[in-house]
Amino acid sequence: MSEPDPTETLVPADATLEDLSEDQIVKAVAHHREATVGVGETLLAMDEVTLRFGGLTALDSVSFDIKRGEILGLIGPNGAGKTTCFNAMTGVYRPTSGHVVFEGRALRREARHQITRLGIARTFQNIRLFGEMTALENVVVGLDARHRTSVPGALARTPRHYKEERSAIDRAMVLLAFVGIADRAADKARNLPYGYQRRLEIARALATEPKLLCLDEPAAGFNPAEKDDLMALIRQIRDEGYTVLLIEHDMRLVMRVTDRIVVLDFGRKIADGLPEEIRADPAVIAAYLGGSDDAPA
Amino acid sequence: MTAADTTTKTQRAPFGQQIRDRWNGLPRQQQWLISIVFIVFLIFLPILNPAGITTEPGTDFPISLFNASRYALIAIGLNVVVGQAGLLDLGYVGFFAIGAYVTALFTSKDSSLHHLPYLACVPIGMAITMFFGLILGIPTLRLRGDYLAIVTLGFGEIVRLMADNVPALKGQVGFQNVGHPPGTRDNGLPIFLQSDGKPWYWLTIGVIIVVLILVGNLERSRVGRAWVAIRDDEDAAEIMGVPTFKFKLWAFVMGAAIGGLSGVIYAGQVGFVNNQKFDPVTSILFLAAVVLGGSGNKVGVILGAFLISYIPDRFTSIAEYKYLIFGCALVVLMIFRPQGLLGARQRLLTYGRQAYQRIAGRPEQLDTGAGALSGDSRSGAMGGGDL
Repeated sequence: MSEPDPTETLVPADATLEDLSEDQIVKAVAHHREATVGVGETLLAMDEVTLRFGGLTALDSVSFDIKRGEILGLIGPNGAGKTTCFNAMTGVYRPTSGHVVFEGRALRREARHQITRLGIARTFQNIRLFGEMTALENVVVGLDARHRTSVPGALARTPRHYKEERSAIDRAMVLLAFVGIADRAADKARNLPYGYQRRLEIARALATEPKLLCLDEPAAGFNPAEKDDLMALIRQIRDEGYTVLLIEHDMRLVMRVTDRIVVLDFGRKIADGLPEEIRADPAVIAAYLGGSDDAPA
Repeated sequence: MTAADTTTKTQRAPFGQQIRDRWNGLPRQQQWLISIVFIVFLIFLPILNPAGITTEPGTDFPISLFNASRYALIAIGLNVVVGQAGLLDLGYVGFFAIGAYVTALFTSKDSSLHHLPYLACVPIGMAITMFFGLILGIPTLRLRGDYLAIVTLGFGEIVRLMADNVPALKGQVGFQNVGHPPGTRDNGLPIFLQSDGKPWYWLTIGVIIVVLILVGNLERSRVGRAWVAIRDDEDAAEIMGVPTFKFKLWAFVMGAAIGGLSGVIYAGQVGFVNNQKFDPVTSILFLAAVVLGGSGNKVGVILGAFLISYIPDRFTSIAEYKYLIFGCALVVLMIFRPQGLLGARQRLLTYGRQAYQRIAGRPEQLDTGAGALSGDSRSGAMGGGDL
């Protein structure tokens, strides 16, 4: 796959959002990816990943695959290790043993920002935007992950700097439009309404041009109508060729939006399968409704 | 950011809010025009020597203005580190001292080193301080917050103690006849005399303008955005692909370069460098200028530096109590206006002005206005906690 030019102009520089059709927005968001290439291949594999903090085993030799082009749900009761799983994938924690294999390559000592550049992006359970930046600037920080200008280039204002800056604004606006918050682009992130902040996190993560997008409870605190909108957005993201890993508590949402589900409980994988299989799995039901496996029959 | 900190922001008085809004609403050309008029006024200030503003007879007015401008330059440099990248540096005086000592060592007759022209010391002094910025930054920038502050405080002290104890640096005896920029007057005397503050003041104003333009270039680029992202939430920045260590190091190195440059200018004007001017209290005074004026606001830190330097010169009767007064002022400020006289304010996109106008039909939100922070925004809990 040839490296796409991130600074390629996507939309006419003087175009306003009203000029852009929905179709153009969608194309621009996913302009760089060949959506159908390798759908179904393994994108990321958790290979017997164990993570211990002192005496606490947060993940106990967890293995599962994420396939290109799918929406994989990661569920489990509170404290099951879902977010820890995210943190192991994005390099926040190093596995005590086992490997995270991304595109056939085990992640070892890559710094967290390098993992982002490899193509794993995430949002946070408790929103972590750059509060003092505008919504637009937040997304541009995400885009900067693919930019090359550093201090000398910025001081001297090189042509590359101008090119990156110009394309960054266009792409950031397109991404804000894609997640549906373009009307508040000029507001500081900390002043945005809660739902907008959640969507802005998704836009910022998409801006890093991930191959795998990890969403950590993106619907937390949403009402049912907002959840429906979010589900539509997640599906749309997948349809653009992104692979999505979704942590979510709301079972209704998970069952309806995901292609496949992995269930964790006490740091162990207890089930892995299609939503309807998971729904009927006795181990999952036990985990959610209170275990009775060692109780007398 | 904690909930408590959001609450303080809601309660603050809209200090100078109207002025700021009016300024932001002006067209670009008018802003430039007003700035140029103001700069011309600053240039003529030492000649006008207006009654009421002048610091004479206590202190020579041009010299006092030079000192204020020197503090302003230092504050701009420190603001890159503290205000933009959010790294608390308590040893900034160390870089200033290195700049001054480099100049003294290469230009003073008391030094055994090869003599160089003063102007050659400008790049050399900056390069050496940048090198020291790297030396200090590489091991320490893995630390955060208070730990970083302690190590940088130690660095400032190390530089001072070196000046005390390394024989080649001559301790309190110091270096006389430090060089100055070239040029002679009609009467044969050099333009840059120690007794005449005016040329030095104008030189520093010129340097400040150039530095402001360059720092502005950094701010409205990937670099400036990385710095603000690190300041807001370092972990999130790293996970969003910001090479945080690299950019923190750059912030340190750029800050060091500006500190070194101001040291070079200072050594030239005073003409004498010894170990007496580089104590930790001076570091704290620099930091006070940044915090007082408004960390993260270039105009603010210049204002803060001016106040810190000018007030003791103007009101000589209270000069003895300056630390007491600045200390109390800071305490009061931290209670009522923790963001400083002018709050942080940044433009982070090269084409931001046009873009926001096109997108929103208005300029971007530059400061967290008290009115804008309504109920709904507080429900979004920002930052803090685990990932």
